[in-house]
Amino acid sequence: MSIAVNMKKLTMVQAITEALKVVLEEDESVLVLGEDVGRNGGVFRATDGLFEAFGDQRVIDTPLAESGLIGTSIGLAMNGFKPIVEIQFLGFIYPGFNQIVTHATRIRTRTQSRYSVPMTIRVPYGAGVRAPEIHSDSTEALFAHIPGLKVVVPSTPHDAKGLLISSIRDPDPVLFLEPMKMYRTGKGDVPNGNYTIPLGKGYRRRSGDDISLFAWGAMVKVAEEAAEKAAAKGMECDVIDLRSLYPLDKELIAESVQKTGRAVIIHEAPSSGGVGSELISIINATSFLYMKSPIKKVTGYDAPVPLFTLEDDYLPDANKVLRAIEEAVRF
Amino acid sequence: MDLTEQFPLIQLVNGEGKQLEENPFITIANAKRFYEQMLFSRMFDRKAVNLQRQGRIGTYAPFEGQEGAQIGSALALEDGDWMFPTYRDHAATAAFGHSLVNIFLYWKGCIEGCVPPEGKHIFPPSVPIASQILHATGTAWAEKKKGSDRVSLVYFGDGATSEGDFHEGLNFASVFQIPVVFFNQNNGYAISVPIERQMHSKTIAQKSLAYDMPGVRVDGNDVFAVYSETLKAVQRARKGEGPTLIEAVTWRYGAHTTTDEPSKYRDQKESEQRRQSEDPINRVEKYLRAENSWDDHWEEELKKKAEDRLQKAVTEMEKTKKSDEELMFDHVFGTDVWPVQEQKKRFFHKESER
Repeated sequence: MSIAVNMKKLTMVQAITEALKVVLEEDESVLVLGEDVGRNGGVFRATDGLFEAFGDQRVIDTPLAESGLIGTSIGLAMNGFKPIVEIQFLGFIYPGFNQIVTHATRIRTRTQSRYSVPMTIRVPYGAGVRAPEIHSDSTEALFAHIPGLKVVVPSTPHDAKGLLISSIRDPDPVLFLEPMKMYRTGKGDVPNGNYTIPLGKGYRRRSGDDISLFAWGAMVKVAEEAAEKAAAKGMECDVIDLRSLYPLDKELIAESVQKTGRAVIIHEAPSSGGVGSELISIINATSFLYMKSPIKKVTGYDAPVPLFTLEDDYLPDANKVLRAIEEAVRF
Repeated sequence: MDLTEQFPLIQLVNGEGKQLEENPFITIANAKRFYEQMLFSRMFDRKAVNLQRQGRIGTYAPFEGQEGAQIGSALALEDGDWMFPTYRDHAATAAFGHSLVNIFLYWKGCIEGCVPPEGKHIFPPSVPIASQILHATGTAWAEKKKGSDRVSLVYFGDGATSEGDFHEGLNFASVFQIPVVFFNQNNGYAISVPIERQMHSKTIAQKSLAYDMPGVRVDGNDVFAVYSETLKAVQRARKGEGPTLIEAVTWRYGAHTTTDEPSKYRDQKESEQRRQSEDPINRVEKYLRAENSWDDHWEEELKKKAEDRLQKAVTEMEKTKKSDEELMFDHVFGTDVWPVQEQKKRFFHKESER
């Protein structure tokens, strides 16, 4: 991470707009495409002001068709452009899923790198904002499972900007998941101008020796709250924000659990087949003999995300995580 | 609503080889050029089917009967244009300059067969249905944004018109006036399902009305008409006048792929009748004979030349027993990504999986 002298206090959504401005300014081949991204500035205002600044040839309102949007952006990406596609909510990406699975992620292999798809798909995701039905999905595991796709999830304004710039500059398709709950949850220091955070690298949010907590997106804050509560009870947590779900930061994961010997994985996605299971596989392969207790998972349930009256019951919270920490430490 | 009058079948030379109207493209030179390409394509197709029967390549999707539609359209493109084929369009890709060895290699199970010759924009055959329509639209959109006069042409079948991506592609192209030619080969069947189960409308061409773009219905077995209409569409696109939908009505004589038996879902007598009455290759022969320009010796020479070319390609293809194992790992990403690198290492060192 480069050190920038000038900082601004921004929300995550403002930091994302900043990142888009930076790349639109530095690279003529960058395009922003999506539904309502133009005059309206995006349903979450992530593209606010870009239409006015860069015009309708670069910030493009498209027909309401996710497959069409992703599919035509694949063509643009194969032919010299770097499209940044906004899908309004993760729950609405599925009509475009085929274009991601059978094309965007295979074109490099199929053409032995004659063609590539430098496309970033930005998608708000996750629960906790009292949104309508289908607006709260966390199906990141579906995407982390696809060969040829990188999956990135920031949890802070600072990381959102640096990771988004890296994603757009990456030569391959990147799914950039933006936790809706964190969009306007407080402001953070964000460097001005150009700076990047490498993909595939996690970040230690808090250091502790007793147990590792692994989380991403909105669950990082939950992990930090749980770590605070655990500290009050004399248990020190190593809180790791994974930031990239593919590829995962194997070194940081191994280093953390080899120090603590215990782990709790927190994700709001359903438990079965989630990215947490892959984390356990990595810990098993790298650190089996270091472990003092079985790895715990605190996750959403294997049930469709409920409507918002039950949303808090569905989601992991600090108390659920604290319970798992205590069980692991006392094992 | 019957729109067949609004979208009449355009024919320049009928099944008897009779020229029906004046057209600058109906010349002896063009007839010979088209004949040579179509004859070669048919020999390629039969060679591929034979290779599959002998176990020398894998499952193959034959196109015999559709040579007129593919050759007529492919020859309307120029270098720098983009071609998006399906898995049944090797007559088109070969005519546009794809490597025969690579086409054979693809069907032999080697992904490197998808790589087009340097400078040729030929996309790998799309295996899912209709999804390539969007890529053609996107690459042509990029050409428009760059201010070039290059265009994309995309092939798809009658079944593809039922897919959402067909409609999304036409709509995007219409909204943004993208220089793309949507070239439909209506061969009447999507594997076994007849066109009546794909749509209630009488023509595919009329679907252009919904997207406010020109639509034409052409006899796909009349290579002159296909060439003429495709060229018009390509030129319109080059001039910035937007997309066109072309429906080329044709027929596949044989199976969907070498794994199915067409007599199970249709009377193959119809295929035989069509072969007699409207075959795209015989039609050009009849035309040349009527013009006193047919020469048996010339045809023999073409066949010999084609057979040599095919034999060379097959010999070259057979030098590759299988793809190099590295190919499985080396082009997943443009940068090193550790799970792929780690798995590659384990594969080559024969270590157990994690």
